[in-house]
Amino acid sequence: MDILNALVAFLNFVFIPAAAYGAQLALGALGVTLIYGILRFSNFAHGDTMAFGTAVTILVTWALQAAGISLGPLPTALLALPLGIAGTAALVLLTDRAVYRFYRVQKAAPIILVMASVGVMFLMNGLTRLLIGVDEQRFADGARFVINVRDFREMTGLQEGLALKTTQALTVIVAVIVVWALFWFLNRTKSGKAMRAYSDNEDLALLSGIDPEKVVRLTWIIAAGLATIAGVLYGLDKAFKPFNYFQILLPIFAAAIVGGLGNPLGAIAGGFVVAFSEVAITYPWLKVAGYLFPGWEPGGLLQLLGTEYKFAVSFVILIVVLLFKPTGLFRGKSV
Amino acid sequence: MSDAEKAFGKRGNRDASVVNPRPAGTVDGSRRSGPVGPGREGDPFLIGEGMSGGYGRGPDILHDCTIAVEKGQIAVIVGPNGAGKSTAMKAIFGMLDLRKGSVRLDGRDITALNPQDRVKAGMGFVPQVNNIFPSMSCEENLEMGAFIRKDDIADTMAQVYDLFPILKEKRRQAAGELSGGQRQQLAVGRALMTRPSLLMLDEPTAGVSPIVMDELFDRIIAIARGGLPILMVEQNAKQAMAIADKAYVLVQGANAHTGSGKELMNNDEVRRTFLGG
Amino acid sequence: MSSNRQAATTNPWRAPILFAILAALFVMEGTMRNAMFSGSWNTALGILNMGLISAITALGVNMQWGYAGLFNVGVVGFLALGGVAPVLIATQPVEGAWNAGGPRVLIALAVGLGTLALAVQAWKRLRAGRGLAVLVILIAGFVIYRWLFDPAVSAIEANNPARHGNIGGLGLPILLSWAVGGAFAAAAAWAVGKVALGLRSDYLAIATLGIGEIIVAVLKNEDWLARGVKNVTSIPRPVPYEIELQGNPEFVSFAQRWGFGAAEASGIWVKLCYMSLFLVVLLAIILLAELALKSPWGRMMRAIRDNETAAEAMGKDVTARHLQVFILGSAVIGIAGAMMITQDGLMAPVGYNPLRYTFLIWVMVIVGGSGNNWGAVLGAVLIWFLWIKAEVWGPALIGVLTAPLPEGGLKDHLLDSAAHMRFIAMGLVLLLVLRFAPRGLVPEK
Ligand SMILES: Nc1ncnc2c1ncn2[C@@H]1O[C@H](COP(=O)(O)OP(=O)(O)O)[C@@H](O)[C@H]1O
Ligand SMILES: [Mg+2]
Repeated sequence: MDILNALVAFLNFVFIPAAAYGAQLALGALGVTLIYGILRFSNFAHGDTMAFGTAVTILVTWALQAAGISLGPLPTALLALPLGIAGTAALVLLTDRAVYRFYRVQKAAPIILVMASVGVMFLMNGLTRLLIGVDEQRFADGARFVINVRDFREMTGLQEGLALKTTQALTVIVAVIVVWALFWFLNRTKSGKAMRAYSDNEDLALLSGIDPEKVVRLTWIIAAGLATIAGVLYGLDKAFKPFNYFQILLPIFAAAIVGGLGNPLGAIAGGFVVAFSEVAITYPWLKVAGYLFPGWEPGGLLQLLGTEYKFAVSFVILIVVLLFKPTGLFRGKSV
Repeated sequence: MSDAEKAFGKRGNRDASVVNPRPAGTVDGSRRSGPVGPGREGDPFLIGEGMSGGYGRGPDILHDCTIAVEKGQIAVIVGPNGAGKSTAMKAIFGMLDLRKGSVRLDGRDITALNPQDRVKAGMGFVPQVNNIFPSMSCEENLEMGAFIRKDDIADTMAQVYDLFPILKEKRRQAAGELSGGQRQQLAVGRALMTRPSLLMLDEPTAGVSPIVMDELFDRIIAIARGGLPILMVEQNAKQAMAIADKAYVLVQGANAHTGSGKELMNNDEVRRTFLGG
Repeated sequence: MSSNRQAATTNPWRAPILFAILAALFVMEGTMRNAMFSGSWNTALGILNMGLISAITALGVNMQWGYAGLFNVGVVGFLALGGVAPVLIATQPVEGAWNAGGPRVLIALAVGLGTLALAVQAWKRLRAGRGLAVLVILIAGFVIYRWLFDPAVSAIEANNPARHGNIGGLGLPILLSWAVGGAFAAAAAWAVGKVALGLRSDYLAIATLGIGEIIVAVLKNEDWLARGVKNVTSIPRPVPYEIELQGNPEFVSFAQRWGFGAAEASGIWVKLCYMSLFLVVLLAIILLAELALKSPWGRMMRAIRDNETAAEAMGKDVTARHLQVFILGSAVIGIAGAMMITQDGLMAPVGYNPLRYTFLIWVMVIVGGSGNNWGAVLGAVLIWFLWIKAEVWGPALIGVLTAPLPEGGLKDHLLDSAAHMRFIAMGLVLLLVLRFAPRGLVPEK
């Protein structure tokens, strides 16, 4: 039994990719959950907001690259990110002013906002297509690996190699910083607490002198920031393709619901639960098993499901969690 | 109800994966305040005068209703269920569009102010229901009460803790986990955090045990003795009249009887109909 | 406080006038040749036929949404599932495929379903240690399932992979497959609805979003079923082929009498045949839907929709009713899916894009008027017409708008991406209707 090599294979093929993917989902789910908590609806345009933010960031990245500006080993997109966030926040605030506010003032039922978000989804989808087209774009530059397979083998003398891509390390680090900042903001600052108060009890927030419109604007800005960061990290890690950003809506919603809609802590937990199950269930465990049980030669690849069916995993996780905990892992509905 | 709502009816509102079942607010938070006008000669500290109005497009609930509080006094509103007591409180707080009438506070006409700005003008309000932030800790609830203040709130918080020691004990606990009486104390404490110049309480003793009720009354009297004028809706008419400097009996949205607490307690009709003989 | 109240009582002529305008649009498309219209009856009828299929899909969605308030965002999945039926029912059997592994696949699928059923029963019946029991059942069932399934699939896919590699059809009449398509979708809807509607509060939207993606993924990847992304072609038709018509002297002379060339006339004739079939199905569904709505069952549905709590208090099983409507609506969507594949003569799973087949259908339903069947039809055909024409009008509009711009990158880019304008246009249409006429073009009575 070769536990070390098995562990390395596990880290390389399951843990690291799942951690990076989980961080991306968590950031996406945080945005969905915040909107759900504050504005009371599931934003179907969130995937396209991510795509739009990423598209803007890519355009700025290209401009920076053309101007010869780079971040050395880090992707230039990191420099472009603030502008991407600003552009996305501007668009999202504009949609709030032009679309959602009207219904908010009327105190319309949230299902109407859901419908409106479908309209906004079409709009943003079209805008992203106008901006950057529908083709796949790769925009990661800088160093490709923090640790590459050969160095790792030489360093450790192990047979199994381990690679840590810059984008994966970056994803996790950025996600940790962003999540820390968000929780600090929500739990320690007056504006953050005002957001939680509003999500708890709108009328009482008003009676405490909290300006609801400010809370809503702040929420949109944060959601736009989270969406853009999630989208750019996802794009750096894989590639930018607008349609994939639409498809990622399902695991993101699943993560938010699994964690308990409206609960930020839940969104993060949900993101990792979904990501780890997706990767673990669609990974062929043959190699790991080969190290653990030398001599055992199973017929198949020990892959529970083909990677094409990773969406099915989010779905099943979602159903199982809801069957046993109807409000999600963390009690939902409170930001 | 909006057109969109009429068109969609109750469709889709069961689906928790797309709509948050938390009830929406009832007040339009995006409404801007209008100008503040001059008060009138000889006004009490707070007066809602000749108020008529209802909810949205619905019928009028209040009919030419007048409520006033003098400086340093306690005024109570009593009346049967559904008489419009809560509605009158909300009207005074700007949570309802008045068709007629005006609200004046401390020599200014604040009829056009939105609720947020009335808080800034010095009014504090404890609604009848949903008067805490359930997922936030007690301390955070109090902080939110002081949201509009830019100065140090530690002193005020200490005063509130002195008034309601149980809140200090539970200050890290989520407000939703408190008992009914503790919630009401927290709700009053939250309203006190702005250091208001007027406190409005809508049935602060609803749903609490008799012992806790007496205690709450004591605290409210203590607050009033401190010089803070209080306008209060109260179900327990007898107890309320006993401490009231001024009492209003509302029936179907209109003033039925007005007078000092003692006068009304001695009024036969009021006794018969509202005080149970 | 809305400023734009739609009249509570709508003009009874409203729907007929709107349908007349729609008809006029199609006539213009068929007769006028200019920057806006193609002047080709083939194009006009092509749009109309797909519009009718969309209308049937929209009717299905409208049943779920209009009668029960269920928010189905997995339309694309039910549509795709319905589309499997023509492949499995109407295409010719593939030689050797059944012998290669047909029975084994069926047994494997039965084992898979049986495992799930057994697990559910175990969970319900057992007391102590039921978690462990269910886990053991699931794992054992999965192992057996894979042991049966994998070799069978490999064998089927190895059978003449260049041309087939799939299980093949039964060679039955294609029209039968429409009903089967409905049944497929209904079965999937039952499974999804049973779970998602049975939870404490509904989680139908996310469940349908998931099942929609899964069904499309299955179609793309299970080559044994319908050749996956390699597509199934030569699905039989319920109507004559153009080539046959063109070779038929009677038809050619008939066409000439009307002043059409044989090629054009054959295309038109085929499309008219399809149109008639689609119209029959559409009208039958509307008739049934309206009859159902007026029956005691329909009255109960409306009572539940308008006041769920009261209905529940009166002992109505709200969840069961919702499940019924969800299944019925999905069946209608499945029928539309089968019709679509029949018309295309081709099963190409990569085409199943949720934006186009789920959310565009929603635009149709909302624009038409939620809860109104004729509204759904009107909205569907109109939106489909706009969706197609936006591809032409978008670039024309951009061309006009960018005329004053200097030649160069920006102008070229805008002209290039003008085709994407249809997404923006659809978003705007939906938002404007929601805002200014939320009850839709033909409001619910
Ligand atoms: N948010 C509301 N919208 C419409 N009508 C309301 C609302 N709240 C209360 N009402 C109606 O206003 C009337 C007075 O209610 P309320 O002021 O709560 O009475 P009280 O506090 O005296 O018991 C009742 O008929 C009630 O149905
Ligand atoms: Mg009341």
